[in-house]
Amino acid sequence: MGLISKILRTGIVTEPLAAGDGEIVHLVREVDAEARRLFGRALGIREVDAGSCNGCEIEITGLMSPVYDSERFGFHFVASPRHADLLLVTGPVTRNMEVPLRKTYDATPDPKLVVAVGDCARTCGVFAGSYAVAGSVDSVVPVDVFVDGCPPEPAHILRGILTALQSGRA
Amino acid sequence: MRALFLLLIAGYVSGAAAALALGTGALSRWASALGAIVGASAGLALAAGACIRGAAFSLDAPGFFGPVGGMAFTLDPLGAVFLALTSLVAAPSALYGAGYARLWEGRPALRQVGFMLNVFLLTMSLVPLAGGTLTFLLVWEGMSLSSYFLVMTESDQPEVVSAGQWYLAMTQIGLACLLGSFLLLQSGGPGGFSALRAAALTLPPGTRDAVFALALIGFGSKAGLIPLHVWLPRAHPAAPSHVSALMSGAMIKMGIYGLLRVSLDLLGGGPAWWGGLVLALGAVSALLGVLYALMEHDLKSLLAYHSVENIGLITMGVGAGLLFGSLQMPAAATLALVAALYHTVNHAVFKGLLFLGAGAVLHATGMRDMNRLGGLIRGMPWTAALFLVGSAAISGLPPLNGFVSEWLLFQSLLPGIGAPSPLVAVLMVLSLGMLALTAGLCAACFVKAFGITFLAIPRSPEAAAAHEASWSMRAGMVVLAVACLVLSIGAFEIVPRLSSFVAPLVGVAGSAPSLSVGLALQTPGGFARMSPVLVAAGLALVVLTAWLAVKAFASRRPVRVGETWGCGRVVQTPRMEYTATAFAEPLRRIFAAVYRPSEDVSIDFHPDSRYFVQSISYHSAIVPWFERYLYAPVISRVRSWSERVLALQSGSAHAYLTYLVLALVLLLGWLVVTGQP
Amino acid sequence: MSPWLLGPVQAAMALLLAPGLVGAIRWMKARLQNRSGAPPWQPYLELRKLFAKEVVVSNNASWLFRAAPFIVFGSTVAVTLLVPLLAVPLPFDGAGDLLVVVYLLLLGTFFLALAGLDPGSPFGGMGASREMTVAALAEPTMALAIFALAWSAGSTNLGHIAARMLATPSEALAPGHVLAFAAIFIVTLAETGRLPVDNPATHLELTMIHEAMVLEYSGRYLALIEWAAALKLLVFFTLLGNLFAPWGIAAALTPGALLWAALTLALKLLALGGVVALVETHIAKLRLFRVPELLSASFILALLAVTASFLLR
Repeated sequence: MGLISKILRTGIVTEPLAAGDGEIVHLVREVDAEARRLFGRALGIREVDAGSCNGCEIEITGLMSPVYDSERFGFHFVASPRHADLLLVTGPVTRNMEVPLRKTYDATPDPKLVVAVGDCARTCGVFAGSYAVAGSVDSVVPVDVFVDGCPPEPAHILRGILTALQSGRA
Repeated sequence: MRALFLLLIAGYVSGAAAALALGTGALSRWASALGAIVGASAGLALAAGACIRGAAFSLDAPGFFGPVGGMAFTLDPLGAVFLALTSLVAAPSALYGAGYARLWEGRPALRQVGFMLNVFLLTMSLVPLAGGTLTFLLVWEGMSLSSYFLVMTESDQPEVVSAGQWYLAMTQIGLACLLGSFLLLQSGGPGGFSALRAAALTLPPGTRDAVFALALIGFGSKAGLIPLHVWLPRAHPAAPSHVSALMSGAMIKMGIYGLLRVSLDLLGGGPAWWGGLVLALGAVSALLGVLYALMEHDLKSLLAYHSVENIGLITMGVGAGLLFGSLQMPAAATLALVAALYHTVNHAVFKGLLFLGAGAVLHATGMRDMNRLGGLIRGMPWTAALFLVGSAAISGLPPLNGFVSEWLLFQSLLPGIGAPSPLVAVLMVLSLGMLALTAGLCAACFVKAFGITFLAIPRSPEAAAAHEASWSMRAGMVVLAVACLVLSIGAFEIVPRLSSFVAPLVGVAGSAPSLSVGLALQTPGGFARMSPVLVAAGLALVVLTAWLAVKAFASRRPVRVGETWGCGRVVQTPRMEYTATAFAEPLRRIFAAVYRPSEDVSIDFHPDSRYFVQSISYHSAIVPWFERYLYAPVISRVRSWSERVLALQSGSAHAYLTYLVLALVLLLGWLVVTGQP
Repeated sequence: MSPWLLGPVQAAMALLLAPGLVGAIRWMKARLQNRSGAPPWQPYLELRKLFAKEVVVSNNASWLFRAAPFIVFGSTVAVTLLVPLLAVPLPFDGAGDLLVVVYLLLLGTFFLALAGLDPGSPFGGMGASREMTVAALAEPTMALAIFALAWSAGSTNLGHIAARMLATPSEALAPGHVLAFAAIFIVTLAETGRLPVDNPATHLELTMIHEAMVLEYSGRYLALIEWAAALKLLVFFTLLGNLFAPWGIAAALTPGALLWAALTLALKLLALGGVVALVETHIAKLRLFRVPELLSASFILALLAVTASFLLR
């Protein structure tokens, strides 16, 4: 029962999401209304690591923690792109991950969104020009939202996803 | 009825003659099949007459084998059930065989198979019709020998020859036990079955026990009860597919028929240990049968082990019936025997269907190894769908017939928990657990059998090139699949009729327990009620409603076809799929105590560097307990004695003349001593 | 209300409640993890979204892949027609008993496993293999627990068992019943894919049992399968609640009694859901080859339940 008493003592630690500035999250294309309506309250997210250093992954893991709690917005992370509505892509797309990223995108049913997380995803970051890098994420799959940062904070990532949904809760 | 009997014989005889006379082409194939179908239809009509109209039939033929007692035929309801199931499997199998036999076009094997098949069917149909010991043993041996020749059709392959040897040895050992059993039974007075029945009451208990034990060994070896089952997984895969269907569907049931006839009818039941032993053997056969089936990746061996399992289930019902009969619980005994009989018929139908399907696969791809098949559902859609029906039936899934008989079997074991003796209660509870485990494992095994063989991607070029079976093969399978459904939906009619046949045998006074009310089956005392018709109708209705609702309310987007999700890997090859061995691996680990699996992995490295692997070979085996620890010692003992006796065969005519004189002297001496003229 | 109408009404109610049950358990687990979590009605929103999404089917899949969700869904809904949700005696009591329920659920599992094998994905094969193993090992426990219940109730038909328990409340705490409850609870965790047998929220394919079979499904097929899984959980909870503690079940088909029955059912479902949420928060997932040990333990419990029922009649 030590666990239960600890749970009760800790209480709910989820922090409300503050409004952010517009500098970090870039909406690239207007999301169509149907997708917006469909995903407004329930979204399946599939995370794709296209060669990232895992810094962004650690921040994304923070999304599922009690403090940031992405589930309260109706987001849940899924195991298969067939179950997904949104692809969360990180990393400069390396040559080895170019085809898998494209296949993940093709495997996802319509309508779908792509949010690219991190500086590497938009500009290849510190790996730009490397022999192992194929290009930024939008050269492989169409991207809806970029979230800047190296790595971006979990709150920024959440705001990025919410921007993609244009749900007005950002 | 007499006319139908003669038509039965005439049909099969003409089929056999046509096979011999009409060469090795399509005419011979079709003529022999037609003869068999005519004979089977006559048999079915004969059985239906006895079961439904209650018409009696008996025929004495003292002219045949007159000096030894003559032949006698009689048909009572118990025999009629077995005749019916034989004919029910024979007709579709013969139809199937007409197309399948194209395999031997232009070869003498076509004649041989056509001839032997008809002889086999004739003798097998006559077994339930036999009315006296001589008749029974004659047709029994005829059935065994003709099936031996059928097993040996492809005798150019060594494993077929080995299978034939095992099969012949086991049938002859069984015959020896049956001879002993019937001789002991006749010690109360010779005659047909009716005379034996009356005389059996006067036999001392020791003799009755001996008769029962020998009959159990003899009929058990035919049925395939553990530990006498070893011929089954060898002979059934070796035989041509429609013959395997008949052997598994009908012939092994003759073992059950014999057991029921001798222990229940002729001997009139016995002490509780008879039923307990049969029940225990049945439970062990069921569980071990399915466990060994799980480890097989040869499609026909898998089906053969499942026959062992289902014979075990049937035997559990028979044992429970005998047990309850001896404990003065006639209603429970009736239910148990009805469950056993019904499962006998059901198993004949769906096992026949499964073997015919496996034969179609073999015919199309030339392979039985599931690890080399796959993706056949595209090239062989009919066979796949029909095999799926058979798989669902044998797994005991509603609304097909396997479920109904397994339900009855479950319900029949339940009264045993309240039996007066605690030993019986414990036995019943353990049997219940084993029955449930067997049913679950059977479903797992058929997901493997159907899924690996028919679904996903072909694992070999032969599988990729598979073509659908010919129309006659498909027609045979369709008849059996439809029978599966009809037997389930018609249960409320069939079960009471079976009950009326069985009840007199267990000493139910008055009318038999009806076991059905309206469209539902009901156990005696109203303990449980179930309606297969309503379950089937309800299921169909719900699925249809769901489909219509989804069509109406779900998205209108067209279905997109894409690649299988494989974590974005670049290509998918058949080597990335699950195999049959892989599918059964968790169960192999869990039941390692039974299997004692051994694995051998050997890696060949590149000569220049240990970091590059040239090839890996993996070999796994399970311990064949019965062959290694029961049969191998016996066979080696017999072989060593035979070698010693071989010394007598010196080749010298003088020695042989000496043996003759010696035998004559001894015989004369014995006659003098016992004072016989 | 006519008794025959009760069947479809019950099934419709179960269909409506099932996603809410799953949502409630997720909400409770979230709160136990000190986070706010999604609202309890989140699974409804997910289902609505899934029905509107496109369906992508593998090029290796056959008609079985597209038919299986309907068979799984249909067999689970058919079970709700047989289970005592609101009232006894049940309208379809003569059509099926507890064994029919178990085998209808096995029908769903069978086709789901085949659908996992169909696309030719190794994940699907692995999920199918593990799912059938767990299902096979759970069968003996279910059979014996059913018979422990049936023995004391005098019938395997569900309406009778519930009615008998209503009539003799003192039997609720009989050792046979308590042991059978424990056995069926463990089987519930195994069959519905909850910890410690299977983690419903896992993303690691190598740890999946049920999820691995549905990795290929999308859109409305996925929705049907998820709904069927939620319904299966509801069915098991109903069996646990309404067979072992049937108080609240309507004996007459009056609106008041039915409403009370629905209310008590919801309470029982929430209570059992709370227990499962607590269990899942405390226990880690068992290694796959330790699951047979857990199921053997439940088999022993069921065996003891039968013995206790029989000895203490």
